[in-house]
Amino acid sequence: MPRRTDIHRILIIGSGPIIIGQACEFDYSGTQACKALKADGFEVVLVNSNPATIMTDPELADRTYVEPLSVPYLTEIIKKERPDALLSTVGGQTGLNLSVALAEAGVLDEYGVELIGAKIDSIKKAEDRLLFKDAMRKIGLATPTSQLVTDMKGGYDFAERVGYPLILRPSFTMGGTGGGIAYNAEDLDTILTRGLDLSPVGEVLIEESVLGWKEYEMEVMRDLADNCIIVCSIENFDPMGVHTGDSITVAPAQTLSDREYQMMRDGSLACLREIGVDTGGSNVQFAINPKDGRMVVVEMNPRVSRSSALASKATGFPIAKIAAKLAVGYRLDEIRNDITRVTPACFEPTIDYVVTKIPRWQFEKFPGSDPVLGTQMKSVGEVMSIGRTFKQSLAKAIRSLETGKSATKEEPLDESLIPAKLITPTAERLNYILFAFDLGWSVDQVFELTNIDPWFLLQVKESVDLNKSLAAESLETISAATMRHAKRNGVSDTAMGRVWNVDSLAVRAKRKELGVTAVFNRVDTCAAEFESFTPYLYSSYESECEAEPSDRKKVMILGAGPNRIGQGIEFDYCCCHASFALQEFDHESIMVNCNPETVSTDYDTSDRLYFEPLTLEEVLNIYDTEKPVGVIVQFGGQTPLNLALPLQRAGVPIIGTDPKNIDLAEDRKLFGKLLEELEIPCPPNGTATSVEEACEVAGRLGYPVLVRPSYVLGGRAMTIAYDEDTVRRYMREAVVFSQDRPVLIDRFLEDAVEVDVDCLSDGENVLIAGIMEHIEEAGIHSGDSSCVLPPFGIGALELQTIQDYSVRMARALHVIGLMNVQFAIKEGKVYVIEVNPRASRTVPFVAKATGVPLPKIAVGLMLGKKLTDFAHMMQGKTSGVLDVPQFFVKSPVFPFNKFHGVDPVLGPEMRSTGEVMGVGENFGEAFAKAQLSAGSPLPADGTVFISVSDRHKSEAVEVARRFADLGYQLAATRGTASLLKAAGLECVTVFKVNEGRPNAVDLLKAGKLKLAIYTTNGVHSFSDEKAIRRAAIQYRVPCITTMSAARAAVQAAASRRRDPIRVWSLQQIHKGIAATR
Amino acid sequence: MNPAILALEDGTVFEGRAFGALTERSGEVVFNTSLTGYQEIFTDPSYAGQIVVLTYPQIGNYGANDEDMESARPFIEGLAVRDFSPMVSNWRSDQAADAFLKLHNIPIIDSIDTRKLVRHLRTRGVMRGVLSSISTDVKGLIDKARNIPSMAGLDLATRVSTAVSYPWTSGVEPCSPSERVRAASGPAYHVVAYDFGIKRNILRRLVTSGCQVTVVPSGAKAEDVLGLRPDGIFLSNGPGDPEPLEAQAAEVQKLIGKAPMFGICLGHQILGLAMGGRTYKLKFGHRGGNHPVLNKRTNKVEITAQNHGFAVDPDSISDAVAEITHVNLNDQTVEGLRHKSEPVFCVQYHPEAAPGPHDSLYLFDDFIRLMQEHKK
Repeated sequence: MPRRTDIHRILIIGSGPIIIGQACEFDYSGTQACKALKADGFEVVLVNSNPATIMTDPELADRTYVEPLSVPYLTEIIKKERPDALLSTVGGQTGLNLSVALAEAGVLDEYGVELIGAKIDSIKKAEDRLLFKDAMRKIGLATPTSQLVTDMKGGYDFAERVGYPLILRPSFTMGGTGGGIAYNAEDLDTILTRGLDLSPVGEVLIEESVLGWKEYEMEVMRDLADNCIIVCSIENFDPMGVHTGDSITVAPAQTLSDREYQMMRDGSLACLREIGVDTGGSNVQFAINPKDGRMVVVEMNPRVSRSSALASKATGFPIAKIAAKLAVGYRLDEIRNDITRVTPACFEPTIDYVVTKIPRWQFEKFPGSDPVLGTQMKSVGEVMSIGRTFKQSLAKAIRSLETGKSATKEEPLDESLIPAKLITPTAERLNYILFAFDLGWSVDQVFELTNIDPWFLLQVKESVDLNKSLAAESLETISAATMRHAKRNGVSDTAMGRVWNVDSLAVRAKRKELGVTAVFNRVDTCAAEFESFTPYLYSSYESECEAEPSDRKKVMILGAGPNRIGQGIEFDYCCCHASFALQEFDHESIMVNCNPETVSTDYDTSDRLYFEPLTLEEVLNIYDTEKPVGVIVQFGGQTPLNLALPLQRAGVPIIGTDPKNIDLAEDRKLFGKLLEELEIPCPPNGTATSVEEACEVAGRLGYPVLVRPSYVLGGRAMTIAYDEDTVRRYMREAVVFSQDRPVLIDRFLEDAVEVDVDCLSDGENVLIAGIMEHIEEAGIHSGDSSCVLPPFGIGALELQTIQDYSVRMARALHVIGLMNVQFAIKEGKVYVIEVNPRASRTVPFVAKATGVPLPKIAVGLMLGKKLTDFAHMMQGKTSGVLDVPQFFVKSPVFPFNKFHGVDPVLGPEMRSTGEVMGVGENFGEAFAKAQLSAGSPLPADGTVFISVSDRHKSEAVEVARRFADLGYQLAATRGTASLLKAAGLECVTVFKVNEGRPNAVDLLKAGKLKLAIYTTNGVHSFSDEKAIRRAAIQYRVPCITTMSAARAAVQAAASRRRDPIRVWSLQQIHKGIAATR
Repeated sequence: MNPAILALEDGTVFEGRAFGALTERSGEVVFNTSLTGYQEIFTDPSYAGQIVVLTYPQIGNYGANDEDMESARPFIEGLAVRDFSPMVSNWRSDQAADAFLKLHNIPIIDSIDTRKLVRHLRTRGVMRGVLSSISTDVKGLIDKARNIPSMAGLDLATRVSTAVSYPWTSGVEPCSPSERVRAASGPAYHVVAYDFGIKRNILRRLVTSGCQVTVVPSGAKAEDVLGLRPDGIFLSNGPGDPEPLEAQAAEVQKLIGKAPMFGICLGHQILGLAMGGRTYKLKFGHRGGNHPVLNKRTNKVEITAQNHGFAVDPDSISDAVAEITHVNLNDQTVEGLRHKSEPVFCVQYHPEAAPGPHDSLYLFDDFIRLMQEHKK
């Protein structure tokens, strides 16, 4: 059954913005699918609202739509493009849900679009928990006792019958949103109420608890001829009870005999066949009772998933790519294994190493949220590592997390807390396990409290013991054998340095002197049974190096590590492009990264892939082996920048902007001096290394002030202080500072307009790629603010000033490559807030809006080319500002629905996980689309609720009047309402929470308010305001917290009433540019 | 911890730590790529005369138990692993894998770079070796490795076979309350199984499929087998080179057409010889649980368990006599044969699994069906 010839044009739906539970693993799968289908001669039409993805690059599909992922817009695209088929399985839960919605709306039938990958019936069988249970019963697979309930009574009845604890899972939500574990009636009340609300169909599955059972996942593939294979088995370190996305997981399964493993394999295949997944990859989760081996199926996903991305990286078997090929008719045995070249893809990968994944959490950004890990995923990213043994693999994974150097104060480990921290899973559990072993706890004691398999625990304990035993050695006395033993078990140079109180580079030198050096082994799908042609490598301390470096000219790119808020997919986008560009400029590209979700860690992206932690030790090991002519540090966010100077000191050639100048821009004193020389104004500022100094500086600058630590991304621990108490508290409690890392204090410019600029510089010429006007005013982190290209509210003179300052700074810093500047405009004066001579978060957005491949050109510049060499790609320009053919709005997406109890107000600390882009002929249209894509669509009609602080009252009248003119009703709290009424506007007065009922929260819950505009005076938010904002989040009412955004919302609302649904592909928008490329 | 040394005939030496018995054993060094199932591998008589390298690095994790025995004792000469776990975690485990091998005087070398060793064997081909946890005389060990008999031409099947006939009555037992084993209602067919080193799971599968089984020694004569009035004859797996088993092939030749016949692994190779074919030694063999095999009759791919160092030469099989039914998709070697006119079929791989996937269990049903048709 070869490739189908009856379909030509295939629609792929991406997964949209990065959110918790659905991250860049779907950029990886979507990109693979696009590439595979295009390579096979299909025309690919892609829709994804996320501009930061590689998949939405115009080169990857024939038609790329960065448009809202909603039925009306998709219908419009289908109408326009007339695809023959829709591939439903590579766009995560979003892609799957939309495929179902399009089918059910009759759109697919109407336009003759065939669903490929998974059919509607299969999707329903897998997703509908009752149908799934029935299907499993039919094939003799047990599932936990459960019941679907649609009201509270159903929940209470079930609890009475089965007893606590109970697992609750709302139907059709992503990443377990709204789920939880109820240990008692009170928990049941809370979780069930929330779950019923969050489920789009008002259903919650209540289930017998299998807490503490061993948890496994199987990655399965099937083709149209019913050939089935298991790509990978995964065993969870954390037993049942913790969402698999929040669990430490290990591949392959470690504690099952063949009989038990085969039982699970048989079960997986039976499940796939019964659900009827015709082609592609699926994931089946199992729980096994460690006492007697009883096995239950937990769930199955009839699509590629986070786990399949992990399994692909863990084995070298590209599940999404193969899934795409199977969907168009190929059989598994007709597809070649890329890595061995001689064997077919129809086999089960076997590995000779151990893979460990550890999630990355960021509870510190969401104070007040519940830190307990349960059925709802809360991590924002993950790392994967490969080691020859579990010990080595775990140690590398821990290093990959980069949690070592934090800017904020952390709770010290407390011995008395150990039992509590072991019993209740939180982000800290692994640290507490290490701590307990360090204090001499036994495996049994830890097992007793955690239910983590004793085999894993023993490995952890032995690692801790080994680290401790090194205290008996010293840098002078350690033998080669002991050193080798330590390295083979994953002990880092830094860890040894810590024990012996010496620098890690001294350990490195000693280690090399002893002849103990890292080698690199290959990920080859076959445990060395066949030769591998793909340099996909990981380090070990074995005896034979398989790196086989070439003698080509090569450049190494340091990736961004685990996804974090503030350092996400945008940087992976830049790294991938750097790699593609290097290849195009005839250099071998070497990628170093440890994030399994990304496109950068696809073995297909770069010439060579090193799946390694981004630490000085590991990067130097690779450098020693490869000897690249240059290393690129400016594309991976803060992670590689932190390594830049140490690498440079170690003699590694960094290409592009000199790390010293990157550092200079971060150094308040030096940079302030530079600005002074350039006569460029910045807000008055200072630095402090003590509490008193901070208060003194703040007092001198005048309140409000912006206070933040140095060397962080995403506004980590940044705060706006309106008084000395806040500064004092912040310095004492929130932040880590030292002589080397002072706290930065800026005068905060209230109500200023903020502007982001990205530019390209070859050291002489500077081209401004984009001037983005923020919709939220200064003080809201730039990553959390919507922004628009081209700017429309900034005067020509100010634009000229911005351009002029950018050029002067780029020249002064000798920027080679990309530079980002943040400006604030207040009362006609332009201030520089921050300069980052590196790729920024907005690079992919600007690249998509302008049609100019910024990272590619930046790499060219780093290799010594000039801007003039790229004029043909840059609208013929080598200076000035790039044109933008339409309006493009970038809007952030927030994870507040995952963190209950958190105030969703915006501030200087970034909290968005992802972004979307809206395209329009006018600003209103682009903003409306962006808001729709971001999950907070502006209502077409209904009541707008307004409650603003005193200083916003006059602006509020204007906004309200325009909403009223558009036909919206108005509602407001007392103060605002009297103002609106005084201005002659019709308005309903609504109680604040403490004023009586029904109050604003009640009305939000009842769906009576469609849009909330709610501003505060910025000092403290009162519980009343917080309750309203939380209710808005929970009931999915768009909640606007700044006046500038409110003004934008009016324009969007006007567009909704005025403009038809219309869509543009990037290829269409940038037709002229594409032709010259 | 005692040191251990694995010395190969070409002078390559691996030094590691000793587990299992403190002793010295020698044999052909082969590698197996299965992720699970080490106990079944230890106790598979087909590994007689071989030191086994397991490519998966974490071995011993789930211990050993009474149910997963593929014969009465381990047959490997020695075990080489990357990271052996002295600690066990599994509800079915009766003892540590370490204690199990120690009891049977088998040495383990751990902490060696097994990937390097496997790459070495892959490029140079399998070779002889000595595993010692009692000697550190590297040169002496290499010399010993050079002096042990080569596997080619060695009749190991006779050595591991049963001395006397015996009945086998136990079937496949579920390993967990959740495992469903599809079992026939009772014994309907009498199968005489030649033991060339038979794995118990073949016997269990035959019983579960509805057979009453009599196991006979590898030297059993055709007329004695027929005297047992079998409904079907089974030719088992086993160790070593098939070529020296001329006598066995001759007896099998006499049995073709007398009763339905099913062969696995060495049984398949003997049938190949009996049908006039030849066998040859593979460079490094097939040992693992992930080999794709195309069933040419159904055009479907089975993921199979494999353990063989020799293969039937497809050019030696006359089209008139037999049809090649199964092919290995990795290297196109012969994986299955079916006699053109008589009820005889065989496969090179292990449909009984243990360890390995269950994709090919249907072959036991095929055998039953053949006996059913023949009985009519």
